[in-house]
Amino acid sequence: MTTATTPSQPPAGLVPLFAGVLRSEARKLGTVRSTSWILLAAVAFNVVTAALLGLLLPGHLSAHQKATIDSVRVSLGGLHLSQIAVGLLGVLAVTSEYSSGMIRATLAAVPQRHLLLTAKTLVLTAVAAATGIAACLAAYLVFQAFLPASDAMRTTLADPGVLRAVTGAGLYLTVLALLSFGLGTIFRSSAGAVAVLFGVLFVPTLLTALLPSSWQDTIGPYLPMNAGDTIYTIRPQAHMLRPWAGFGVFCLYSAAALATGFVLIRRRDA
Amino acid sequence: MIEATGLTKRYGATVAVDDLSFTVPPGQVTSFLGPNGAGKSTTMRLILGLDAPDSGSVTVGGRPYAACRRPLFQAGALLEAKAFHGGRSARNHLLCLALSNGINRARVDEVLDLVGLTGAARRRAGGFSLGMSQRLGIAAALLGDPPVLMLDEPVNGLDPEGVLWIRTLLRTLAAEGRTVLLSSHLMSEMAMTADRLVIIGRGRLIAQATMADLLAAGPGASVTVRSPQAGALTALLTARGATVSRQDGDTLAVTGTTPEEIGELARTSGLTLTGLAAHQATLEDRYMELTRDSADYRAVATRNGDRP
Repeated sequence: MTTATTPSQPPAGLVPLFAGVLRSEARKLGTVRSTSWILLAAVAFNVVTAALLGLLLPGHLSAHQKATIDSVRVSLGGLHLSQIAVGLLGVLAVTSEYSSGMIRATLAAVPQRHLLLTAKTLVLTAVAAATGIAACLAAYLVFQAFLPASDAMRTTLADPGVLRAVTGAGLYLTVLALLSFGLGTIFRSSAGAVAVLFGVLFVPTLLTALLPSSWQDTIGPYLPMNAGDTIYTIRPQAHMLRPWAGFGVFCLYSAAALATGFVLIRRRDA
Repeated sequence: MIEATGLTKRYGATVAVDDLSFTVPPGQVTSFLGPNGAGKSTTMRLILGLDAPDSGSVTVGGRPYAACRRPLFQAGALLEAKAFHGGRSARNHLLCLALSNGINRARVDEVLDLVGLTGAARRRAGGFSLGMSQRLGIAAALLGDPPVLMLDEPVNGLDPEGVLWIRTLLRTLAAEGRTVLLSSHLMSEMAMTADRLVIIGRGRLIAQATMADLLAAGPGASVTVRSPQAGALTALLTARGATVSRQDGDTLAVTGTTPEEIGELARTSGLTLTGLAAHQATLEDRYMELTRDSADYRAVATRNGDRP
């Protein structure tokens, strides 16, 4: 309405297309209330759990237990709750577009669906990684701060495997967010994707408990949560995968969900 | 310019759009008319590349819409009034769309002003009335100042003032040389807004023409004549090729001639006229007539046509 002549080409000097789509997606994630609540919850679950464990655990464990326990993994106990929050973040990053109908406005503005999904993936990765690593680092430090000065469970980030475990836990949350995002893209409904996510995470572990133990040892290490857990484990159980190998397996689950989402979004009607 | 060629779209066993070809030229308001379920919204989704046709093709400004790199500069669309995340403010919603096409904040404020939402720009859009939501949708369509605009049922839920506002806006946009396509099932509203019509029913093209041509092509204007010598007048008019039907007593309904001709005929023949009135055929009359032939289509029209 600014001009009588109608432009059919964008004006010159615009930001590159992908940069624009990235900024758009970052703004989308940043301007819904659920994002800040979820991120706050993820950090709070980690930190509060770590504080409680640091406060209560030393008095309850024997010297032998303290010497053998994987205290770094213990300090990250809040992950069991914060992973639920991060899973929701990943699911909602895409399903909220479908539940609101915004997806049609979005795809009318960015018909290059893979470009759009790539931008969403990158924005989510950045947000989940920053929050996840910060939350896990905070949990570790808070746990250490609450331990008595000479407690046997004390460690430092310079100790073998500790930095890997703490940042790795953040990476676990990041990859979990991407797995959820992939499921959200596949199922296009928040309820469906969340249900499948928790099905994928918890049900296989529960089901294998019913199997003979030799089977458990064969299949168990490759189940999504068992494989992902290894990255923040300092003292791995014998039959589980090594930390990076396990994390790699977990990444494969996530990659499979994402790849399916990428294939489907281009094939399906919006 | 929008050009559709042989568009066909099936959802399972249902054929939503059936071999549909039509053209929407620039500089005019074209109305996409048909009852609910006729395939208007589906066709608009096909135009925008949101759904893929089973066969046929459609171009916007000469190329498929989805091939545009920054399509908001090519075409703007309002598909559903509430196609936004209710938790975002109106301004943030527009900004999200604008950023993806490299459109700046100043333009966002400009379109907010244009649709009269500046005062509500920072409120959660989820709390908007249907009328405000429609305005937000129109603001989004205008972001790239595009030469093509597509609006699906834009007057739904608007108060009379809002209806008038949209009508004026669309006429202005078309007068600027833009292609304006709007769908509706409200014929009286379209009769006032549109220059051109694309009428579809059950996914098939029924007619496409300018409003003037469409009205003229029908039996068109009829004339009501009252005369004490109705019988003599009937004979004279019939001899001249007009179609006359006797209403009651001395009142005749005449088609195929004009009030001027009837008046002149009465004067030269020495007949008395006690009444002479022209009736313009309405869009509604033409629409019913055009769709009468297809019985199964009519059944659908009556079943769906009485929705608000």
